[in-house]
Amino acid sequence: MKSPKQAASKGAAKAKSSTGSNSAPLNDRERVQMFSDMVLIREFEEQVHRSYLEGLVHGTTHLCQGQEAVSVGAAKALRPDDYVTYTYRGHGHCIARGMEMEPAFAELFGRSTGVCGGLGGSMHLQDIDRGLIGSFGIVGAGLPVAGGAGVTAQMNGRGQVSMVFFGDGACNIGAFHEALNIAQVWKLPVLFVCENNLYGEFTRIEHTTPFEDLVKRARGYDMDAVMVDGNDVEAVYRAIAPCVAKARDGGGPAFIECKTYRHRGHSRTDPAKYRPQAEVDAWLKRDPLDLYRAKLAKSGVLPEKEAAKIVDKAREAAGAAAKKAAAAPWPDGNQNFAAKMFA
Amino acid sequence: MPVQEMTYREAILAAQTEEMRRDPKIIIMGEDIGPSGGPFKTCQGMYEEFGALRVRDTPIAETGFVGAALGLALTGYRPIAEIMFADFLGVCFDQIVNGIAKHRFMSGAQSTVPLVIRSIGGGGLRFGAQHSQTGESWMLSVPGLKIVCPSSPSEAYGMLKSAIRDDNPVLVLEHKALLSSKGNVDLGMDHLQPLTGPKVLRPGKDVTIVASLNMVGKALGAADKLSADGIEAEVIDIRSLRPMVVGPIVESVRKTNLLVVVEEQVQVGGWGAEVVSQVVNEAFDYLDAPPARVTLPDYPLPYSPALEDAAIPSPDSIAAAVKALI
Repeated sequence: MKSPKQAASKGAAKAKSSTGSNSAPLNDRERVQMFSDMVLIREFEEQVHRSYLEGLVHGTTHLCQGQEAVSVGAAKALRPDDYVTYTYRGHGHCIARGMEMEPAFAELFGRSTGVCGGLGGSMHLQDIDRGLIGSFGIVGAGLPVAGGAGVTAQMNGRGQVSMVFFGDGACNIGAFHEALNIAQVWKLPVLFVCENNLYGEFTRIEHTTPFEDLVKRARGYDMDAVMVDGNDVEAVYRAIAPCVAKARDGGGPAFIECKTYRHRGHSRTDPAKYRPQAEVDAWLKRDPLDLYRAKLAKSGVLPEKEAAKIVDKAREAAGAAAKKAAAAPWPDGNQNFAAKMFA
Repeated sequence: MPVQEMTYREAILAAQTEEMRRDPKIIIMGEDIGPSGGPFKTCQGMYEEFGALRVRDTPIAETGFVGAALGLALTGYRPIAEIMFADFLGVCFDQIVNGIAKHRFMSGAQSTVPLVIRSIGGGGLRFGAQHSQTGESWMLSVPGLKIVCPSSPSEAYGMLKSAIRDDNPVLVLEHKALLSSKGNVDLGMDHLQPLTGPKVLRPGKDVTIVASLNMVGKALGAADKLSADGIEAEVIDIRSLRPMVVGPIVESVRKTNLLVVVEEQVQVGGWGAEVVSQVVNEAFDYLDAPPARVTLPDYPLPYSPALEDAAIPSPDSIAAAVKALI
């Protein structure tokens, strides 16, 4: 009798001729687009921060400034029919996949025009049409779900992949281990993208985890694992694209550890005073947007003046989207909630 | 197709097999369900028929494969997850309660979650405290789930088919003491049983007894005993815990004026409390006595046959509870 792994690899051989991942060298237009996407995420998050202070964002929100290169570099390796799962710090993953800013802001503001009609909130942005299948508020909970989307991709036989984003903190929870093990045993086309920003909530990694290089966890499951500078958007893309291509061809899952840093606290009420100033300063000097902006200017791909225009335009767009979202009505309290629960 | 006598186990297997033949988007995952056919033989022959991609032996990792079921459901498949012992629902509680139950709602109804979780629970087989629970009330307070508990081969067959075809998450609680019980099943591809609403299994005028799963048979046994003493009990199988429909129970109580609820779990937090509450709300003036509840004692189920048998409601203890009311 064949194991699922053997049966799957037979199916995958057939899929080999299908469209591979986009792992070709980047052209200048793509580079500028990747910079623009990172800027858009940054400006979205900055606007979320301002809107929060204005009382428009409720409860809490988890911002991703500093980690934009991971979302954008990884998204660049995906096709529109791939599946993406992410976390409560997930605005960047959504914007990188093309979620419109206005319904995203409206969701954060709890308005009826929100991408989830105001039923989800900051931690649960979803957009099924863009393959954004789930944003998980429980640490690690998205990994097994991504495994299931990987089973779908494997069964469909069209060379799709399932990509899941999570943080270093998730690597200590049971769901992480169960998901990695299943993905490897079943040879699922799942890309485990770990954003190692060194802090699980308020606590630095050495207090919760025996080592800082989390690729070791994946290697314990005999899984392909690569470590990359998560603040270098092209490096992220170059590390992930071959893994995606291999997964599309039935080569099984991979683990990509992106070393990065969040510029702000865990959530909006966290001033992040537990971090040594020298460490914060060192990472701020390695701001992924600044790094890429300088690189593109130096190589003549994007003159500084043009880059500044991109930033201004994004800031303006984010401000306008937030303004429109804030003017939207509250959700109807008499809507059919049963129909929201059950199809 | 003919009416056929079969066991509860065979009914589960027949429903799954027929549905998987009908719809290639259905896959099943669970521990030892592949070549071994399932620890309770509820998947026998399925691996041979449908292959390793659709009948997946999983690691012993309920969070992993129940979470995977959610991912499959969100991307166009209709997974069934078999939880070997209902007790292990505790292992994947987060995926069910925070994930599966809420995903569609939180998405603003963008997604649908057509999945079935089957779990095999219940006591009476000397499995001790960690392998004997029914889990009936564990997720009772979680909106977004359907929870059903088939008490016979016919219900197991028809309700499982309905659950598989439902576009929402359905938790099917089965009972291991029923697996070898026999009954007539009206086989047929579209012979479905509804996922909601209680059923009157035995009419009576003197007292209403509501029960679930293995307690249904015990309640029917109690009704036989009571009948010998001139007391005619109406026995109702609750069938579905979510949504909980009490209409037929209220109607029965208006006739009998007495209510006894039997559950194979402890009293605190049991679904019987919800039945009693709703009946009191809707038929207070019809009750001749406060409703009675027959449940497990308030400690984990003991292993020793002498203790386990004493703990689980029996026809005698149910009949005694009825007589105490009268």
